[in-house]
Amino acid sequence: MSQSTSTQAADAPIISLHNVSKWYGQFQVLCAVDLDVRKGERVVVCGPSGSGKSTLIRCINRLEVHQEGRIFVKGLEMTDNVKNIDAIRRNIGMVFQNFNLFPHLTVLENLTLGPMLTRHMKKADAEDLAMHFLRKVRIPEQARKYPLQLSGGQQQRVAIARSLCMEPEIMLFDEPTSALDPEMIKEVLDTMIELAESGMTMIVVTHEMGFARTVADNVVFMADGRMVESAPPEEFFGNPREERTRTFLDQILKH
Amino acid sequence: MTTASSQTRLVTAAYDPLARMSAADWLKRNLFSSVWQTLLTLVTAAVLLRFFWFVLDWGVINAVWVTSDPDVCRAATGACWAVIVEKHRPMLFGLYPYDEHWRLVLMMVIYLVTVVVSLMPRNWNLRFLVPLWLVAAVSIGVLMFGGVLGLRYVPTSEWGGLPLTMLLFTGTVLFGMPVAVLLALGRRAPLPVARGVSVVFIEALRGVPLITILFVAVNVFPLFLPAGVQVDKLLRITIGIAIFFACYQAEVIRGGLQAIPRGQYEAAASLSLTYWQTTSRIILPQALRICLPAITNHIIAAMKNTSFVIIIGLFDILTATTAVMQDPLWRKFYVEAYLFVAAVYLFFGYALSLYARKVEKWIASGRI
Amino acid sequence: MIDATPARDGQPSARRSKDLLYSEGFRAAAYQIALAAAVVFVGLFLYQNVVENLQRQNIATGFGFLREVSQFEIGETLINYSARDTYARALLVGLLNTLSVSAAGIVLATIIGFSVGIARVSNNWLLQRIATGYVEIVRNVPVILQVIFWAAVTRNLPAPRQALELWGLGFLSNRGLTFATPVADPAHGWMFLALVAGIALAGIGDRWARRHREATGKHVDMLWPSLAVVIGLPLVVWLAFGAPHLISFPERKGFSFVGGYTISPEFVALMTGISLYASGFIAEIVRAGIEATPKGQVEAARSIALRPRFIMRYVVLPQALRVIVPPLTSQYVSLIKNSSIAVVVGYPDLVNIGNTVMNQTGQAVEAIAVMMTVYLIISVVTSLLMNTYNRLVAIKER
Repeated sequence: MSQSTSTQAADAPIISLHNVSKWYGQFQVLCAVDLDVRKGERVVVCGPSGSGKSTLIRCINRLEVHQEGRIFVKGLEMTDNVKNIDAIRRNIGMVFQNFNLFPHLTVLENLTLGPMLTRHMKKADAEDLAMHFLRKVRIPEQARKYPLQLSGGQQQRVAIARSLCMEPEIMLFDEPTSALDPEMIKEVLDTMIELAESGMTMIVVTHEMGFARTVADNVVFMADGRMVESAPPEEFFGNPREERTRTFLDQILKH
Repeated sequence: MTTASSQTRLVTAAYDPLARMSAADWLKRNLFSSVWQTLLTLVTAAVLLRFFWFVLDWGVINAVWVTSDPDVCRAATGACWAVIVEKHRPMLFGLYPYDEHWRLVLMMVIYLVTVVVSLMPRNWNLRFLVPLWLVAAVSIGVLMFGGVLGLRYVPTSEWGGLPLTMLLFTGTVLFGMPVAVLLALGRRAPLPVARGVSVVFIEALRGVPLITILFVAVNVFPLFLPAGVQVDKLLRITIGIAIFFACYQAEVIRGGLQAIPRGQYEAAASLSLTYWQTTSRIILPQALRICLPAITNHIIAAMKNTSFVIIIGLFDILTATTAVMQDPLWRKFYVEAYLFVAAVYLFFGYALSLYARKVEKWIASGRI
Repeated sequence: MIDATPARDGQPSARRSKDLLYSEGFRAAAYQIALAAAVVFVGLFLYQNVVENLQRQNIATGFGFLREVSQFEIGETLINYSARDTYARALLVGLLNTLSVSAAGIVLATIIGFSVGIARVSNNWLLQRIATGYVEIVRNVPVILQVIFWAAVTRNLPAPRQALELWGLGFLSNRGLTFATPVADPAHGWMFLALVAGIALAGIGDRWARRHREATGKHVDMLWPSLAVVIGLPLVVWLAFGAPHLISFPERKGFSFVGGYTISPEFVALMTGISLYASGFIAEIVRAGIEATPKGQVEAARSIALRPRFIMRYVVLPQALRVIVPPLTSQYVSLIKNSSIAVVVGYPDLVNIGNTVMNQTGQAVEAIAVMMTVYLIISVVTSLLMNTYNRLVAIKER
């Protein structure tokens, strides 16, 4: 395959979706979605619930399997080839709505598990790495605690640090603040903003329009499994082209 | 944080009706809340007192504690505990050669020490436990079999009593738990063939009585082996009980596996852990913690189930006692003898469930 | 788990053979084929060994032995049987004995279990503690030890001459339990049919009342009509047959009894042992069932002024039964399976007779297969019934 030779032009997309479709039984959740994300780009995906935005990013690291179309990450195609799946997943960190921390492991163990098992790091090195990222997300003092002893915001920051410990080039965020109490949303968004400033490639599914406005290079609006509109934030918020986008923005920004 | 929690405690204490209840209140609420309840309490108390008086009268006051003459017991109106004193060696050690009983005592000490040490969380470290169990297994093997170090050789057909019960039980759990885990994983596997094999195996074995499986172990299993290959009867029976145990335990563990949210699998996949890494590091540790109470129940049941070997003629503690009770001089005192055996089972069962409750507390407090 | 999810449709990319080795779908298929092959291989290997071993030891195969004459007597039979009958009939005798001791055990275990279970949640502290103590002891002493204990007790009961008299209705002796029975009369069969018909009628009446209530809003109390029809119908039949009221009371005569009906000491010991053991588990099931109905539900029912009987009928019972019935049935099944320890007291149940057949014919594989099949059928039928029940309950929920 020509794509596996990953000598690419500097501005070639690091993630590229062509014509991706997916069905749950009869119900089509993704309809021929196209999306290109370049290195260092920050994309925010928004849309009403059930619009397929979560499914879309979950297809990128194959937590869901797409049925039509092609997905490339760093020139590797996501097929059912286990080698490709492994290589792509190592390059992608994922943060979930419900954190999905491992409750039976301490924060530190949550962070070192991946590096030790899949990157074969020594325990001491993995712990150094973990402490480095815990300091980044500003909770190094919680390292010995168990996830359920932390607040929701702290747990989500641990989850971000856990993904970062795999030193990925791309981070996917699946509604990272939706399960949080309002007063904890900011601490997580701040962490994400810092991450964006460090040049990380990010795809973020979120309803936080403030975050989209300040951080995104590109805002994508999805509805009914289709990509309705994709534009830089000034344009997206200032002058949306599509009627559906306008209705959605009206609803979400009015309160 | 500390002030907050101590405040909460104060508040709950103040409003906890039980904590402030006086003895009179308690009695009124739990024993004499109405005429009907009072009547019930009085009748029950009367029956209970009579029963206790009988136990005291029969079991203590008029009991014979030590005698080697059954006629002394016959003359007494109370219990004949002397039968246990007199017959404790054949009851506890079965057919094992009489002069070698000290080996069994030593074996039980080694066994119990090993088990107790292994149950303490601070010793949960494979680099310690594996050598410990190896040493224990070798020394128990040497003691039981003999044939080396000037010890007389004793074949497994002469093993018996409580040590045999312990060995059967330990073998069942040590061999059965891994099989149970594999069967449970098989039943939840993404591969239909693995699921099918596990389901048929589990359901078929759960559908038949343990005895039929023991019959298979004794009568049919030898037929499965190529000519010339033989497996010791004790080992075959242990495997039989263990597989039976594993099928029940597999269903328990499957329940635990089902309780693990999908997100745990997804998080593991996004860290690109393999199936076995996910299973052993993420899923199983949580699933086993969740279903620990049910697991303990089946472990205790496994201990009780070792008594089924009486049917195929292994001399565990129950078989040995039943054999002793054939002695015409002493067989009148079967109640005392069986009470003793029941007490042994109750003791170990109670110890296991106490320990399990402790483990649950450790889990709840995040200690393990 | 997710790793191994095979792709639904064909992946769009073209594959080379090297890629195939890394394909999830291919790997899944390969693992399955390997596993299936291993199962088949092991199966064939074992089968081959069995065939060879049987040939070498000159043991017959097949179920032809079932038609041979058994040449052994059985102490207790519910159907005509003698040593000249076939092995098949001997096994049938055993199966009927298994079923009869299990049926008696289930009734006894249910009565004791429900009583103790209700005592377990009693407001009365003393009663509750006693019930708890009972449950802990009977559940934690091996069932086989309990059966052996009761066998020793029945063996050591006095001889018929000094038999314990049970309120004039029967005797307890080392010959077993002898009790008074009505003299057999054709009326009894019809009365049984009438009872079944009565229960069916009561069920139909209940449904009609419910529909009537739903359609018109008027409540028709079916409790008394139901009781009347269930008890009344057999009573009418009894009267129609001229009220046969002869009862055969047992009497001591020589070294035995005449009259009444005697169940053997083995039966008594086995039944007592397995049902006391099961009663502990049933008590816990009942307790859990009662506790499963939250207090709030009863309070809610009271707040809409439902009468206590309706609270029981429409609020507590349906919820408690949904929790109680499935584990209760599996307790019944395990009681039936526990009856297979009959051999330790010498009661001729299926396994005991199967064991004799196995020793006489040497055909262990077939004899064990017969026993296992019978128990498997009992288990499978029960779990099918249970699934149906659960479905019915689930539909009512909507």
